Amino acid sequence: MSPADYGWLVLGFPLLGTLVLAFGWRRLPGRSAGWIGSASILASFISALGALQQLQDRPEEERHIASSLFDYADTFGVSVDLAILVDPLSVLMMLVVSGVSFLIHLYSVAYMAGDRGYVRFFAYLNYFVFSMLLLVLAGNFVLLIVGWAFVGAASYLLISFWYRRETATRAGIKAFVMNVIGDVGLVIGAFLLFDGTGALDYGGVFENAHLMSNGQVTAACLCLLVGAFAKSAQIPLHTWLPDAMEGPTPVSALIHAATMVTAGVYLIARTHPLFELAPTAADVAAILGTLTLVVAASIALVVTDLKRVIAYSTMSQIGYMVLGVSAFAYGAGMFHLMTHAFFKALLFMGAGSVIAGMGGVQSLDRMGGFRRAMPFTFVTFTIGALALAGFPLTAGFFSKDEIIAFTLNRGGLYTVLGVIAYVAAFVTAFYAFRMVFRVFFGEPVDEARELERGHLAHHDPANPMTGEPEDTDVGFPGPEHHIAEREWPMKAAMAPLALLSIIGGIVGIPGVSETLEHFLEPAFEGSDYLDTAPSDSDKTLGLVIGGVISLAGIALAWFLYLVRSATTLRLRDYQLRRVHDFLAHKWYFDELYDAAFVRPMAAAGRYGRTVVESVFVQDVIIGGATSVVRAGSSFARGLQTGYLRSYAALLVTGVAGLALYFLITSS
Amino acid sequence: MDVVWFVVLSALIFAIGAAGVMTRRSPLVILLCTELMLNACTLALLAFARMHGSGDGQIFALIVMVVAACEVVIGLGLIVAIYRKRMALDVDKLSELRG
Repeated sequence: MSPADYGWLVLGFPLLGTLVLAFGWRRLPGRSAGWIGSASILASFISALGALQQLQDRPEEERHIASSLFDYADTFGVSVDLAILVDPLSVLMMLVVSGVSFLIHLYSVAYMAGDRGYVRFFAYLNYFVFSMLLLVLAGNFVLLIVGWAFVGAASYLLISFWYRRETATRAGIKAFVMNVIGDVGLVIGAFLLFDGTGALDYGGVFENAHLMSNGQVTAACLCLLVGAFAKSAQIPLHTWLPDAMEGPTPVSALIHAATMVTAGVYLIARTHPLFELAPTAADVAAILGTLTLVVAASIALVVTDLKRVIAYSTMSQIGYMVLGVSAFAYGAGMFHLMTHAFFKALLFMGAGSVIAGMGGVQSLDRMGGFRRAMPFTFVTFTIGALALAGFPLTAGFFSKDEIIAFTLNRGGLYTVLGVIAYVAAFVTAFYAFRMVFRVFFGEPVDEARELERGHLAHHDPANPMTGEPEDTDVGFPGPEHHIAEREWPMKAAMAPLALLSIIGGIVGIPGVSETLEHFLEPAFEGSDYLDTAPSDSDKTLGLVIGGVISLAGIALAWFLYLVRSATTLRLRDYQLRRVHDFLAHKWYFDELYDAAFVRPMAAAGRYGRTVVESVFVQDVIIGGATSVVRAGSSFARGLQTGYLRSYAALLVTGVAGLALYFLITSS
Repeated sequence: MDVVWFVVLSALIFAIGAAGVMTRRSPLVILLCTELMLNACTLALLAFARMHGSGDGQIFALIVMVVAACEVVIGLGLIVAIYRKRMALDVDKLSELRG
């Protein structure tokens, strides 16, 4: 079998799983739906491994395999196949997506048990994996857009999974609207590319891209960036991601941390020949990515909702990836994408377990001292936090510092961006351990004590954001909570990720093993920047600096949250109150968008309703037409007097008139 | 005799009948007046039939009589029905079908 055949299998299994679950939802008892969903993704992952093995058997220059199933559209000058492209980049994405997805499915088998929408959940989840794999495997822009829109829809369905919870449906709509803005950008970008190159498949576009003027390429790249930024939650299209945490925790882990939100990074890496032709667009991406990574990290310092802290850290880490691929350090960017998928999925799984242990409460202010009550969660969550903080020798340590090393190596503007990235790395280490210390250390809260005695806390079901009372029927979370300590599927999902978070860096240790970079090289062989990697000594220096910064951040968190927690509270409430308020309002982005877009739109809508619709359309157009008809009919009604004699008179007059007329004309 | 006289007589009777229909309010009288108009038409038909020496007009006059008889049956039936309902026998008051 060729790699492409495996590629089709990778796509086929999740689709099959979706269909089985969607049509069999009435007949699937207990946890069987979860197992079916997990099995389909596992099959997909194994197929991806097959594709990897087949690809590695080929010589380097033959590692681009396009395969077409049939003509998707074939009209005047446009020919689009239903084609996939298997190359090292898509194989890496396939492996990450299907691998992490499988573990998250496994986690959900236990975590979502008891929810009344269990089968629906797995059907959606399988549909999402199918869409995401379609996105990464697409061999042309049309199929990419199809996958792009599919993941947006899956994301909407899963954010609004608890559809009776108003905050969740609202968040789903917000995410969908922002993603559609990105879809429009992507579509326009594809139009511009088609206009300039006359092709829609990647190979054709990249070959003919030099025919386009610099302005055209830049415009197309900026449009692609709109799509990438909306999907990857980068400033200015980022506000949907924190709200997306309304979905179930496995969804946050899968879609809003490990896979879907990295699609923008993948898009930039995939279309790198265009960005190399349009360095301005790449600079814009790098600057916005850096801005996002700083802003998001700063907000993560003060947010008290556990899941939202991790959401902001996701935004921030994707900022690193965007910076990396925009600085033409594709290998480093994809490396961080991979390691981030491991440790971020792990962090969300740990958070899900903690939230379950708290009986559904998500606020950091009410957590504490879970170290002894949840030892497994504690260890895995801490490993995830270490990797996020870039603790020496963990996975995140190597990947993050590689991005910064490449960025600094570019010089000029990028030196500034690299320095900012180091500052944000310090903040990252700090907030990562703020979470750890506040959740697992300190005085155990009631829920933790109860758990130590073997009872899982149970609160009356309520919306964690608003406190509104809920029930546990379909459309709301189920009645049971599941923690990793008691469910082996959850443990089985978290343990491999914890291991990968520690040792995942071995594929990219500078000077020792650069497996990943060599693996990806064929995908980026046309790049002019492949040989501009920083020297090993520079990289090692970067690693040392990064390690020190990470340790300093962790130490500061330890000092502020464990040693001097009273001082910290005082700082927050008095000395740094304004800063805290500013960050707690998320830099006022929501308020700004509300004032700049939502309110004017709402006002325009009201104007349209009260003036355009009710006055112009209803009164003038419709009212005018009806009043003409009404006047005519009231005239006709006036003739119907009901008096027999007047009818007779009319008849006689008419006949007499006619007779007179004929008499006159005949003479 | 000249056919003109017959036609003039027929026209006079028709005019009297039409005037009656338009001016009188009693349904019974209106029915009588329509009868007058029909008979005026019959007279004209017969006059012209004789002028042309053809039997067609005479046959047509017979048919008009039959139709007139039917019409009287229905008209009188209506009047009796109205009377039974104890409504006023005045066509000006029977104007419910006003638009």
